[in-house]
Amino acid sequence: MRDSRGRPPAALLVPAALGTLFLTLPLLGILVRAPWSDIGRQLRTDELQTSLRLSLQCATLATLVSMILGIPLAWVLARVEFPGRAVLRALVTLPLVLPPVVGGVALLYAFGRRGVLGAYLDQHLGITLPFTTTGVVVAETFVAMPFLVISVEGALRALDVRYEDAAATLGASRWFAFRHVTLPALGPGIAAGAVLCWARALGEFGATITFAGNFPGTTQTMPLAVYIALQSNPESALILSLVLLLVSVVILVALRERWAPGRSGDRRPAARAW
Amino acid sequence: MQPLRSLLRIAPALALLTVAGLTAGCGSSGGSDSGNGGGSPRTDAAGSTLSGTIVVSAAASLTGTFDQIKADFTKANPGVTVTISYGGSDTLAAQINAGAPVDVFAAASDKTMALVVDGGNAASTATRFATNTLEIAVPKDNPAKIAALADLARSGVKLALCAPTVPCGAASAKVLAAANLTVTPVTQEQDVKSVLTKVQLGEVDAGLVYKTDVIAAGSTIKGIAFPEAAGAATNYPVVVCKQAPNAAVAKAFVDYVLSAAGQKVLAAAGFAAP
Repeated sequence: MRDSRGRPPAALLVPAALGTLFLTLPLLGILVRAPWSDIGRQLRTDELQTSLRLSLQCATLATLVSMILGIPLAWVLARVEFPGRAVLRALVTLPLVLPPVVGGVALLYAFGRRGVLGAYLDQHLGITLPFTTTGVVVAETFVAMPFLVISVEGALRALDVRYEDAAATLGASRWFAFRHVTLPALGPGIAAGAVLCWARALGEFGATITFAGNFPGTTQTMPLAVYIALQSNPESALILSLVLLLVSVVILVALRERWAPGRSGDRRPAARAW
Repeated sequence: MQPLRSLLRIAPALALLTVAGLTAGCGSSGGSDSGNGGGSPRTDAAGSTLSGTIVVSAAASLTGTFDQIKADFTKANPGVTVTISYGGSDTLAAQINAGAPVDVFAAASDKTMALVVDGGNAASTATRFATNTLEIAVPKDNPAKIAALADLARSGVKLALCAPTVPCGAASAKVLAAANLTVTPVTQEQDVKSVLTKVQLGEVDAGLVYKTDVIAAGSTIKGIAFPEAAGAATNYPVVVCKQAPNAAVAKAFVDYVLSAAGQKVLAAAGFAAP
């Protein structure tokens, strides 16, 4: 894919450059303004390490839950014909447009101590989700899972159905075909969706602080720590943001390195289509 | 190379998501109003009737009260338009120090006012116009049977406080320390309204909020006054900004806040005289 078809047109390059600037300039702002001399000391503070660990744990758990529930959901949306499918798709992707704070309040109405389901959990099973680390995972999953569902559904739609049909003619059940034909071909789509989901969960603020509250060690993830710090000490908020950014970039790059070489031989048409 | 390409394709989305997550909480308190008032300095210097536009930056806790004062003030001065930008006092102070065209600043603490005065952006020294005291807020049915401050330290009581870095959290800590009480809150909320929400939804048994919040919440919660609150009253100072585009109207507005009529509105909302 080299420049064999002539120069890229300026009509595309100029807006692309502007877009890049717009997206990267705020990050550059953080890099320029960050009090680098103080960063070593800040990195060693217990508060930072606690909230960073909590952030990574919760985002990872939320991504796992999203995969367990979201991949089958994407499959249903892409492969099963039923009335109201468009409505279902709109419903499950609603958290994408819902302001996260509203999402948090909605979660309280559902899973809070007096919520529709939460009241039952609280009184009969003794489970209370708000103000617990599980609550953080619930909030992050609520906000981030639609990203995974959309990615995987898109990948499924691009996947050639004939592979599954062929499996069926050879006597495979739909469940068998899903596990042995669909899922492996979906790999890159799932990976991209999971990364998007993880990144969204890592940066989640509104739903988390509303539903799970803010307490160091149990529910105070990095974005919450950043916001609280911003009110008293903007410099330390800057460092916290920087750490979160660096950690996410390192992890994303590391993951890409792991996936890229192993899968380079993958020449399935489905994967290319996505 | 498919996964690599998928990742590259979503990379900009990732960057935006991370930043969006980080700033979600702070964006809402930003003064979108601070620019549009601008202040058209059409004051008739010699005339007795005031005219023109002023921009007032007021602490979020003054929301209902200052809306009323604004209505009364503009009724008495038909030629005047008042635009109020509500937000966290720290944020507002930072905006003013950064050169926002603001005429009047009303803060929720002496500390935030000092930022503007010390920054050389006040036309004079600030005047205190009200004080606010803490009350215990409990859900209507008071499930934990809270009656006094000491009850907050009982085990099994779910308590919400403001984070120690925000003014209401500092006041809470002061009150509890003076009473020699050690409490373990389940959450440290980012502002007093969030504490109130948690109480209103019944997610916690009690929270420490301002008396004005209890009154504003009406019958959705119950407020319990306690004598120890007097030791940690919060002061509300107001000042005309040095760069005020419309200093004459700004001065008149501040005088109105301090007048008997203004004080009556403040008292009705639960504020005490300074």
